[in-house]
Amino acid sequence: MRKVIRNAFVIEPSTNFEGFADISIVDDFIEIVGDVSGVSIDEEIDATGLIASPGFVDIHAHLRDPGYTHKETIETGLRAAVKGGFTTVCCMPNTNPTIDNVQTVEYIKRKAQELSICDLHPIGTITKGEKGEELSDFLSLKEAGCVAFSDDGRPVMNAEVLRKALIYVQDLNVPLSLHEEDLNISGDGVVNDGRIAFELGLKGIPNVSESSIIARDIEIAKSVGTHLHICHVSTKESIEVLKRAKMDNVNVTFEVTPHHLSLTEEEIAEYNTFAKVNPPLRSKTDVNIIHGALSSGIVDAIATDHAPHDEESKRCTMQKAAFGISGFETAFSVVNTYLVDAGVISLADAIALMTLKPAKVFGLDAGVIEEGRFANIVLLDKGSLWVVDRERFVSKGKNTPFHGKRLKGRVVKTFYRGKEVFSEGE
Amino acid sequence: MKHLVGIKSLNREDVERIIDDAFRFKASKGGFEQLLQGKTIISIFFESSTRTRTSFEMAAKRMGAQVINIDYNQSSLKKGETDYDTIINLSAMHPDAFVIRHYESGYPKFLTEFTNIPIINAGDGINEHPSQALLDAVTMYEVKNTLENLKVCIIGDIIHSRVAKSHMWLAKLFNWELTFFGPKTMLPKNEWVDGVRIESQLKDALSNKDFIMFLRIQLERKSGQNIPSLKEFNRFFGLKRDNLPDTFVMHPGPVNRNVEIDSWVMDHFDKNLITKQVENGVYTRMAIFKHCLL
Ligand SMILES: [Zn+2]
Ligand SMILES: [Zn+2]
Repeated sequence: MRKVIRNAFVIEPSTNFEGFADISIVDDFIEIVGDVSGVSIDEEIDATGLIASPGFVDIHAHLRDPGYTHKETIETGLRAAVKGGFTTVCCMPNTNPTIDNVQTVEYIKRKAQELSICDLHPIGTITKGEKGEELSDFLSLKEAGCVAFSDDGRPVMNAEVLRKALIYVQDLNVPLSLHEEDLNISGDGVVNDGRIAFELGLKGIPNVSESSIIARDIEIAKSVGTHLHICHVSTKESIEVLKRAKMDNVNVTFEVTPHHLSLTEEEIAEYNTFAKVNPPLRSKTDVNIIHGALSSGIVDAIATDHAPHDEESKRCTMQKAAFGISGFETAFSVVNTYLVDAGVISLADAIALMTLKPAKVFGLDAGVIEEGRFANIVLLDKGSLWVVDRERFVSKGKNTPFHGKRLKGRVVKTFYRGKEVFSEGE
Repeated sequence: MKHLVGIKSLNREDVERIIDDAFRFKASKGGFEQLLQGKTIISIFFESSTRTRTSFEMAAKRMGAQVINIDYNQSSLKKGETDYDTIINLSAMHPDAFVIRHYESGYPKFLTEFTNIPIINAGDGINEHPSQALLDAVTMYEVKNTLENLKVCIIGDIIHSRVAKSHMWLAKLFNWELTFFGPKTMLPKNEWVDGVRIESQLKDALSNKDFIMFLRIQLERKSGQNIPSLKEFNRFFGLKRDNLPDTFVMHPGPVNRNVEIDSWVMDHFDKNLITKQVENGVYTRMAIFKHCLL
């Protein structure tokens, strides 16, 4: 069985190739990238006017399964992922039970294998039950298939626990991925600390609650040498701290989310709970500094922090509402609209940040279009305009502050191991 | 049929009409007893406040309305029914207004998404306390005969005060010179407010003002991280006989004597408007009912 994607403009970050090419796929694998002729073809896909990119790689998503399947399941989550062009997803361990045991890792992997529409790699907890006290069984979890460790949703507040974790995993070649927030500073804050919070009578989360802990953890990482990955960086000060650390060759990487690089705290005006997320949407200055970091090339990945919620969790006051944004289905369009179309970075750079670069951060075999490799490919229409309608989300989580916003660029088709797992309009 | 969720969503004409009506009610010896005849007002307080609740209740009854008080502790609100389910169910009984006090900012606004029956905000979290600001405006008007271009200083925990927030919106409508003062931990940053002056000395805060308004220090909240002690607060931020300016003094109450304001000032200062505020509260709330229901 051979299918050929014709006339796509291929963007391939590992070789920096950008140009028109045909891609032939035999079963699960890419056969030829270039001129496909003189072979028998079973199926042709006309990709004229479309971009072909490696399937996107998300190193930060919440699939809520096991435990919170009213918010999302592995099936709905992965269907939303492939609709967003992702063919590799790493899921955070704040499930119930948390991913601190081998059975849960196996459950997640089995579910994903049964579906077989997207690669799914579990992230194990740093501490048992994400309680911040006892270290997880790192070696067993890695052996079972965890690609990173994180207590996401919470910081590791006890510096000594984090230090011991970093020492223990030193030779594992698996990063610790940290949600950075000083809980004493953020307290019961719900939105960015600033004018909007003051005017609406909402408790604020100041920038320093993030940057101070990042600075602390960089010092700890420096003393140990283990790879530290920082999740969802949202503030100017954090970027400054990370920039300095990178200049000092500290083994640290970081991601930014589509929502933090596009939206500001203005979104919460009139108590829009869909814009409640942790870390909170920040100020215009912070967004501009994130753009600066992206264009200077120091950002290692764009990750969705896909955080689906049921309707009840958002149909309430700002204080009660859950933190989180359902992100898979708008990720590429947001990046394309707010970064590429706005002239912050090129499309090729954006694609690298959503494919090869995140794959490298977690050491995943993904993010390339290369002969002999799995045919995980996404076809993109970078020019088409559409209006986000949350009701049309495949994810159970329809919680998006992009609802009603006009975005440019969309995912047309997603191929996972040669199989078409998403096609626009179906 | 109108909601009253905050001063922020009112315009000048609304405020002027409410103040006018409050004075008309205060001046008349009657004639308003039937205005709300046959109407039922449901009052739900998620946070206790004897004074505000009584003031609303008295206002409603003087206009001939029935008042039903729902005790939060006994209501289904604690038994798993969602907040909006409760308001939808109560709305189905066709009351004529809800008076709501809640500890979360934006709660009354949230309820307006689920009912067309007027929601009157009796204080929400640290967001707004519109009826307090309006009764303050009535009191100010009473002694100054205008609301225009007033010089007003508010002293205390500005960040966590719904009264200060409502006055901030009022100040914009009537072009006040508004000043905030208090311990730095309780003040907004300069860039969060425009047209508001943040003072750093008590004597500057007190000088050349038409009104000085003190806010209640919330003893019950964890104030220890914002102020070291009440004694220190009184010494550096409180109103005393020896720093008393010749200016009208207000306080939304209840006053912590010898914390915000010394007892002597409370008992002997003739420009203390605090009792007048309470008295005007009832007339103002009558005017609010008229604004929302009639
Ligand atoms: Zn997080
Ligand atoms: Zn997360």
